[in-house]
Amino acid sequence: MTNFTTGHPTIHGILSSVSDMHELSIAENILDIALRHGEQAKARKITDLYLVIGDLSSIIDDSIRFYWDILAKGTLAEGARLHFKRICAQLRCTNCGHTYVLAGEDFSCPECMSSAVEFISGNEFYFDAIEVET
Amino acid sequence: MTRRIEIVENILNANDRISTINRSILDNAGVFSINLMASPGAGKTSLIENTLALLARQLQIAVIDGDIATDLDTQRAIRAGAIAHQINTGGECHLDAKMVNEALIKINLDKVDLLIVENVGNLICPATFQLGTHKSVLVASIPEGDDKPYKYPGMYRGVDALVINKIDLLPYIDFDLTYFKRGVEILNPGLRTFELSCRTGEGLEQWVAWLTTEINLVKASAL
Repeated sequence: MTNFTTGHPTIHGILSSVSDMHELSIAENILDIALRHGEQAKARKITDLYLVIGDLSSIIDDSIRFYWDILAKGTLAEGARLHFKRICAQLRCTNCGHTYVLAGEDFSCPECMSSAVEFISGNEFYFDAIEVET
Repeated sequence: MTRRIEIVENILNANDRISTINRSILDNAGVFSINLMASPGAGKTSLIENTLALLARQLQIAVIDGDIATDLDTQRAIRAGAIAHQINTGGECHLDAKMVNEALIKINLDKVDLLIVENVGNLICPATFQLGTHKSVLVASIPEGDDKPYKYPGMYRGVDALVINKIDLLPYIDFDLTYFKRGVEILNPGLRTFELSCRTGEGLEQWVAWLTTEINLVKASAL
Protein backbone atom coordinates (compact mmCIF):
# COMPACT_ATOMS: atom_id res chain seq x y z
CA MET A 1 0.00 0.00 0.00
CA THR A 2 1.42 3.35 -1.00
CA ASN A 3 0.52 6.82 0.09
CA PHE A 4 -0.29 8.45 -3.25
CA THR A 5 0.44 11.98 -2.05
CA THR A 6 4.03 11.32 -1.03
CA GLY A 7 4.76 8.21 -3.04
CA HIS A 8 6.19 6.59 0.08
CA PRO A 9 4.88 3.35 1.46
CA THR A 10 2.52 4.08 4.35
CA ILE A 11 3.16 2.70 7.81
CA HIS A 12 0.01 0.65 7.32
CA GLY A 13 1.43 -0.86 4.15
CA ILE A 14 4.77 -1.69 5.70
CA LEU A 15 3.29 -3.19 8.84
CA SER A 16 0.54 -5.16 7.22
CA SER A 17 3.06 -6.79 4.92
CA VAL A 18 4.96 -7.92 8.02
CA SER A 19 1.95 -9.67 9.45
CA ASP A 20 -1.63 -9.82 8.19
CA MET A 21 -3.49 -9.34 11.42
CA HIS A 22 -6.34 -7.26 12.68
CA GLU A 23 -4.29 -6.24 15.70
CA LEU A 24 -2.85 -3.45 13.56
CA SER A 25 -6.23 -1.75 13.10
CA ILE A 26 -6.95 -2.36 16.75
CA ALA A 27 -3.66 -0.81 17.85
CA GLU A 28 -4.53 2.23 15.70
CA ASN A 29 -7.91 2.51 17.41
CA ILE A 30 -6.26 2.26 20.82
CA LEU A 31 -3.80 5.01 19.92
CA ASP A 32 -6.58 7.30 18.64
CA ILE A 33 -8.60 6.93 21.81
CA ALA A 34 -5.57 7.40 24.08
CA LEU A 35 -4.41 10.52 22.24
CA ARG A 36 -7.88 12.06 22.24
CA HIS A 37 -8.24 11.67 26.01
CA GLY A 38 -4.61 12.62 26.65
CA GLU A 39 -4.95 15.84 24.67
CA GLN A 40 -8.24 16.69 26.37
CA ALA A 41 -6.49 16.35 29.73
CA LYS A 42 -3.60 18.50 28.42
CA ALA A 43 -1.21 15.71 29.32
CA ARG A 44 2.52 16.09 28.74
CA LYS A 45 2.84 12.36 28.37
CA ILE A 46 0.67 9.26 28.42
CA THR A 47 2.45 6.67 30.56
CA ASP A 48 0.04 3.74 30.92
CA LEU A 49 -2.97 2.29 29.09
CA TYR A 50 -5.43 -0.10 30.69
CA LEU A 51 -7.42 -2.34 28.38
CA VAL A 52 -10.01 -5.00 29.16
CA ILE A 53 -10.19 -7.88 26.68
CA GLY A 54 -12.38 -10.96 26.83
CA ASP A 55 -10.95 -14.30 25.78
CA LEU A 56 -13.63 -14.68 23.10
CA SER A 57 -12.57 -11.54 21.29
CA SER A 58 -9.61 -13.20 19.52
CA ILE A 59 -7.09 -10.45 20.21
CA ILE A 60 -3.46 -11.34 20.82
CA ASP A 61 -1.72 -9.10 23.35
CA ASP A 62 1.75 -9.55 21.87
CA SER A 63 0.62 -8.55 18.38
CA ILE A 64 -0.90 -5.36 19.72
CA ARG A 65 2.34 -4.64 21.61
CA PHE A 66 4.33 -5.24 18.43
CA TYR A 67 2.36 -2.63 16.50
CA TRP A 68 1.98 -0.31 19.46
CA ASP A 69 5.67 0.54 19.80
CA ILE A 70 5.87 1.53 16.14
CA LEU A 71 2.56 3.40 15.97
CA ALA A 72 3.03 5.37 19.18
CA LYS A 73 6.51 6.60 18.26
CA GLY A 74 6.65 10.37 18.09
CA THR A 75 3.27 10.84 19.79
CA LEU A 76 2.19 11.77 23.30
CA ALA A 77 1.91 8.06 24.01
CA GLU A 78 5.42 7.04 22.96
CA GLY A 79 6.81 4.50 25.39
CA ALA A 80 3.49 4.08 27.22
CA ARG A 81 3.00 0.71 28.89
CA LEU A 82 0.07 -1.44 27.83
CA HIS A 83 -1.80 -3.33 30.55
CA PHE A 84 -4.21 -6.01 29.44
CA LYS A 85 -6.84 -7.25 31.82
CA ARG A 86 -7.97 -10.58 30.42
CA ILE A 87 -11.50 -11.74 31.15
CA CYS A 88 -12.00 -15.46 30.78
CA ALA A 89 -14.98 -16.90 28.93
CA GLN A 90 -17.40 -17.95 31.65
CA LEU A 91 -20.48 -20.07 31.13
CA ARG A 92 -23.54 -20.73 33.26
CA CYS A 93 -25.57 -23.89 32.97
CA THR A 94 -29.23 -22.97 32.69
CA ASN A 95 -30.15 -26.49 33.79
CA CYS A 96 -28.31 -26.79 37.15
CA GLY A 97 -26.97 -23.25 37.61
CA HIS A 98 -23.31 -24.30 37.71
CA THR A 99 -20.87 -21.60 36.61
CA TYR A 100 -17.59 -22.59 34.95
CA VAL A 101 -14.77 -21.35 32.78
CA LEU A 102 -14.57 -22.44 29.16
CA ALA A 103 -11.78 -25.00 28.92
CA GLY A 104 -10.99 -27.05 25.89
CA GLU A 105 -13.40 -27.95 23.18
CA ASP A 106 -16.59 -28.98 24.88
CA PHE A 107 -18.97 -26.31 26.09
CA SER A 108 -21.27 -28.65 28.02
CA CYS A 109 -21.77 -28.28 31.77
CA PRO A 110 -19.15 -30.41 33.58
CA GLU A 111 -21.60 -31.02 36.46
CA CYS A 112 -24.75 -32.23 34.72
CA MET A 113 -23.50 -32.59 31.10
CA SER A 114 -26.30 -30.35 29.87
CA SER A 115 -25.65 -28.30 26.76
CA ALA A 116 -28.23 -25.71 27.78
CA VAL A 117 -25.61 -23.17 28.77
CA GLU A 118 -25.08 -19.46 28.28
CA PHE A 119 -22.02 -17.24 28.11
CA ILE A 120 -21.80 -14.70 30.90
CA SER A 121 -18.42 -13.17 30.06
CA GLY A 122 -15.62 -13.24 27.53
CA ASN A 123 -16.77 -10.72 24.90
CA GLU A 124 -15.33 -7.66 26.64
CA PHE A 125 -13.31 -5.32 24.50
CA TYR A 126 -12.90 -1.86 25.92
CA PHE A 127 -10.55 0.83 27.07
CA ASP A 128 -10.67 1.21 30.83
CA ALA A 129 -8.31 4.08 31.63
CA ILE A 130 -5.07 5.87 30.87
CA GLU A 131 -2.47 7.34 33.18
CA VAL A 132 -0.94 10.62 32.18
CA GLU A 133 1.65 13.10 33.40
CA THR A 134 0.34 16.62 33.43
CA MET B 1 1.92 14.98 38.38
CA THR B 2 0.53 11.59 37.40
CA ARG B 3 -3.20 11.13 37.09
CA ARG B 4 -5.52 8.43 35.99
CA ILE B 5 -8.27 9.17 33.48
CA GLU B 6 -11.18 6.76 33.38
CA ILE B 7 -12.28 6.18 29.83
CA VAL B 8 -14.51 3.10 29.57
CA GLU B 9 -14.90 3.31 25.83
CA ASN B 10 -15.32 0.53 23.31
CA ILE B 11 -11.98 0.13 21.51
CA LEU B 12 -13.77 -0.14 18.20
CA ASN B 13 -15.87 2.96 18.78
CA ALA B 14 -14.59 4.66 15.62
CA ASN B 15 -15.47 1.63 13.50
CA ASP B 16 -18.87 1.26 15.16
CA ARG B 17 -19.67 4.93 14.52
CA ILE B 18 -19.03 4.54 10.79
CA SER B 19 -21.01 1.29 10.75
CA THR B 20 -24.01 3.21 12.13
CA ILE B 21 -23.64 5.70 9.27
CA ASN B 22 -23.49 2.82 6.76
CA ARG B 23 -26.67 1.37 8.20
CA SER B 24 -28.57 4.63 7.80
CA ILE B 25 -27.34 5.02 4.21
CA LEU B 26 -28.67 1.52 3.46
CA ASP B 27 -31.91 2.04 5.40
CA ASN B 28 -32.64 5.30 3.62
CA ALA B 29 -32.03 3.67 0.24
CA GLY B 30 -34.20 0.68 1.22
CA VAL B 31 -31.38 -1.75 0.53
CA PHE B 32 -31.24 -4.95 2.55
CA SER B 33 -27.61 -5.89 3.18
CA ILE B 34 -25.70 -8.87 4.46
CA ASN B 35 -22.11 -9.33 5.63
CA LEU B 36 -21.09 -12.71 4.27
CA MET B 37 -18.28 -14.32 6.24
CA ALA B 38 -16.55 -17.70 6.03
CA SER B 39 -13.20 -19.41 5.97
CA PRO B 40 -11.51 -19.55 2.54
CA GLY B 41 -13.14 -22.16 0.31
CA ALA B 42 -16.40 -22.55 2.22
CA GLY B 43 -18.32 -21.29 -0.80
CA LYS B 44 -19.09 -17.58 -0.30
CA THR B 45 -18.64 -16.75 -3.96
CA SER B 46 -20.55 -19.87 -5.09
CA LEU B 47 -23.40 -18.90 -2.79
CA ILE B 48 -23.41 -15.41 -4.30
CA GLU B 49 -23.45 -16.85 -7.84
CA ASN B 50 -26.33 -19.18 -6.97
CA THR B 51 -28.26 -16.39 -5.27
CA LEU B 52 -27.81 -14.22 -8.34
CA ALA B 53 -28.93 -17.03 -10.63
CA LEU B 54 -32.19 -17.26 -8.69
CA LEU B 55 -32.83 -13.57 -7.98
CA ALA B 56 -31.02 -11.43 -10.56
CA ARG B 57 -33.94 -11.45 -12.98
CA GLN B 58 -36.39 -9.81 -10.59
CA LEU B 59 -33.97 -7.91 -8.32
CA GLN B 60 -30.90 -5.73 -8.68
CA ILE B 61 -28.10 -7.10 -6.55
CA ALA B 62 -24.87 -5.35 -5.67
CA VAL B 63 -21.78 -7.09 -4.35
CA ILE B 64 -18.93 -5.49 -2.45
CA ASP B 65 -16.03 -7.85 -2.52
CA GLY B 66 -13.24 -7.77 0.02
CA ASP B 67 -10.11 -9.56 -1.05
CA ILE B 68 -6.51 -9.30 -0.05
CA ALA B 69 -5.21 -8.93 -3.59
CA THR B 70 -7.12 -10.30 -6.59
CA ASP B 71 -10.44 -9.33 -8.20
CA LEU B 72 -11.37 -12.89 -9.27
CA ASP B 73 -14.45 -13.00 -7.04
CA THR B 74 -15.64 -9.62 -8.30
CA GLN B 75 -15.36 -10.87 -11.88
CA ARG B 76 -17.45 -13.91 -10.94
CA ALA B 77 -20.14 -11.69 -9.39
CA ILE B 78 -20.26 -9.43 -12.46
CA ARG B 79 -20.60 -12.42 -14.79
CA ALA B 80 -23.49 -13.65 -12.65
CA GLY B 81 -25.33 -10.33 -13.10
CA ALA B 82 -24.39 -8.15 -10.13
CA ILE B 83 -23.17 -4.60 -9.84
CA ALA B 84 -19.87 -5.35 -8.18
CA HIS B 85 -17.32 -3.25 -6.40
CA GLN B 86 -13.93 -4.52 -5.37
CA ILE B 87 -12.10 -3.57 -2.17
CA ASN B 88 -8.50 -4.70 -2.09
CA THR B 89 -7.69 -4.71 1.58
CA GLY B 90 -3.95 -4.51 0.91
CA GLY B 91 -3.09 -7.28 3.33
CA GLU B 92 -5.78 -6.63 5.94
CA CYS B 93 -7.54 -9.79 7.02
CA HIS B 94 -11.01 -8.24 7.30
CA LEU B 95 -13.23 -5.47 5.98
CA ASP B 96 -13.98 -2.59 8.28
CA ALA B 97 -16.80 -0.05 8.28
CA LYS B 98 -14.69 2.66 6.64
CA MET B 99 -13.77 0.50 3.63
CA VAL B 100 -17.45 -0.37 3.16
CA ASN B 101 -18.42 3.28 3.54
CA GLU B 102 -16.05 4.27 0.73
CA ALA B 103 -17.48 1.54 -1.49
CA LEU B 104 -21.11 2.51 -0.71
CA ILE B 105 -20.50 6.02 -2.01
CA LYS B 106 -19.45 4.59 -5.38
CA ILE B 107 -22.55 2.44 -5.89
CA ASN B 108 -25.85 3.89 -7.10
CA LEU B 109 -28.00 2.42 -4.35
CA ASP B 110 -31.28 3.79 -5.74
CA LYS B 111 -31.58 0.86 -8.08
CA VAL B 112 -30.32 -1.79 -5.68
CA ASP B 113 -32.54 -4.22 -3.73
CA LEU B 114 -29.91 -6.39 -2.07
CA LEU B 115 -26.30 -5.68 -1.15
CA ILE B 116 -24.01 -8.58 -0.39
CA VAL B 117 -20.71 -7.69 1.26
CA GLU B 118 -18.34 -10.58 0.75
CA ASN B 119 -15.83 -10.37 3.57
CA VAL B 120 -12.26 -11.65 3.46
CA GLY B 121 -12.10 -15.42 3.94
CA ASN B 122 -11.23 -15.76 7.62
CA LEU B 123 -13.02 -17.07 10.71
CA ILE B 124 -11.44 -14.77 13.26
CA CYS B 125 -11.07 -11.10 12.46
CA PRO B 126 -14.23 -10.22 10.50
CA ALA B 127 -16.38 -11.02 13.54
CA THR B 128 -14.82 -8.12 15.44
CA PHE B 129 -15.63 -5.40 12.92
CA GLN B 130 -19.25 -4.32 12.44
CA LEU B 131 -19.87 -3.06 8.91
CA GLY B 132 -23.37 -1.64 9.28
CA THR B 133 -25.08 -4.37 7.27
CA HIS B 134 -28.51 -5.60 8.40
CA LYS B 135 -27.51 -9.22 8.94
CA SER B 136 -24.27 -11.09 9.42
CA VAL B 137 -24.24 -14.44 7.70
CA LEU B 138 -21.67 -17.17 8.21
CA VAL B 139 -21.07 -19.82 5.57
CA ALA B 140 -19.77 -23.06 7.03
CA SER B 141 -19.10 -26.13 4.92
CA ILE B 142 -18.99 -29.85 5.54
CA PRO B 143 -15.31 -30.43 4.54
CA GLU B 144 -14.14 -27.88 7.15
CA GLY B 145 -15.04 -30.29 9.93
CA ASP B 146 -17.67 -30.40 12.67
CA ASP B 147 -15.48 -28.77 15.34
CA LYS B 148 -15.51 -25.24 13.92
CA PRO B 149 -18.12 -23.76 16.31
CA TYR B 150 -15.98 -24.96 19.22
CA LYS B 151 -12.79 -23.53 17.74
CA TYR B 152 -14.18 -20.19 16.58
CA PRO B 153 -16.83 -19.29 19.17
CA GLY B 154 -16.46 -15.55 18.53
CA MET B 155 -17.53 -15.95 14.93
CA TYR B 156 -20.45 -18.27 15.64
CA ARG B 157 -21.71 -16.05 18.44
CA GLY B 158 -21.84 -12.89 16.38
CA VAL B 159 -23.92 -13.94 13.36
CA ASP B 160 -27.66 -13.70 12.53
CA ALA B 161 -27.83 -16.63 10.13
CA LEU B 162 -25.77 -19.68 9.29
CA VAL B 163 -25.48 -21.41 5.93
CA ILE B 164 -24.14 -24.98 6.02
CA ASN B 165 -22.86 -25.48 2.49
CA LYS B 166 -21.76 -28.63 0.63
CA ILE B 167 -24.41 -30.67 2.45
CA ASP B 168 -24.26 -33.15 -0.47
CA LEU B 169 -20.83 -34.27 0.83
CA LEU B 170 -22.21 -35.52 4.18
CA PRO B 171 -22.24 -39.22 3.14
CA TYR B 172 -18.54 -39.07 2.24
CA ILE B 173 -17.05 -37.14 5.14
CA ASP B 174 -16.86 -37.81 8.88
CA PHE B 175 -18.93 -34.83 9.88
CA ASP B 176 -21.15 -35.22 12.94
CA LEU B 177 -23.98 -32.79 12.18
CA THR B 178 -25.51 -33.27 15.66
CA TYR B 179 -22.21 -32.40 17.36
CA PHE B 180 -21.77 -29.38 15.07
CA LYS B 181 -25.29 -28.12 15.72
CA ARG B 182 -24.97 -28.63 19.47
CA GLY B 183 -21.99 -26.24 19.50
CA VAL B 184 -23.90 -23.72 17.40
CA GLU B 185 -26.96 -23.95 19.68
CA ILE B 186 -24.87 -23.21 22.78
CA LEU B 187 -23.13 -20.24 21.17
CA ASN B 188 -26.11 -18.80 19.37
CA PRO B 189 -29.42 -20.31 20.52
CA GLY B 190 -32.11 -20.52 17.86
CA LEU B 191 -29.76 -19.35 15.09
CA ARG B 192 -31.46 -19.35 11.70
CA THR B 193 -29.73 -22.12 9.75
CA PHE B 194 -29.85 -23.11 6.08
CA GLU B 195 -28.52 -26.48 5.02
CA LEU B 196 -27.78 -26.39 1.33
CA SER B 197 -25.52 -27.37 -1.52
CA CYS B 198 -24.39 -24.82 -4.07
CA ARG B 199 -23.35 -27.72 -6.30
CA THR B 200 -26.70 -29.56 -6.40
CA GLY B 201 -28.96 -26.63 -5.63
CA GLU B 202 -30.56 -28.49 -2.72
CA GLY B 203 -31.85 -26.13 0.00
CA LEU B 204 -31.24 -22.93 -1.94
CA GLU B 205 -34.92 -22.05 -2.17
CA GLN B 206 -35.23 -21.58 1.62
CA TRP B 207 -32.19 -19.33 1.61
CA VAL B 208 -33.55 -17.22 -1.24
CA ALA B 209 -36.99 -17.08 0.39
CA TRP B 210 -35.46 -15.69 3.57
CA LEU B 211 -33.50 -13.06 1.61
CA THR B 212 -36.64 -12.05 -0.26
CA THR B 213 -38.60 -11.60 2.96
CA GLU B 214 -35.84 -9.47 4.47
CA ILE B 215 -35.46 -7.42 1.27
CA ASN B 216 -39.18 -6.61 1.33
CA LEU B 217 -39.10 -5.69 5.03
CA VAL B 218 -36.28 -3.18 4.58
CA LYS B 219 -37.87 -1.77 1.44
CA ALA B 220 -41.24 -1.36 3.17
CA SER B 221 -39.76 0.54 6.10
CA ALA B 222 -37.88 2.90 3.74
CA LEU B 223 -41.04 3.94 1.90
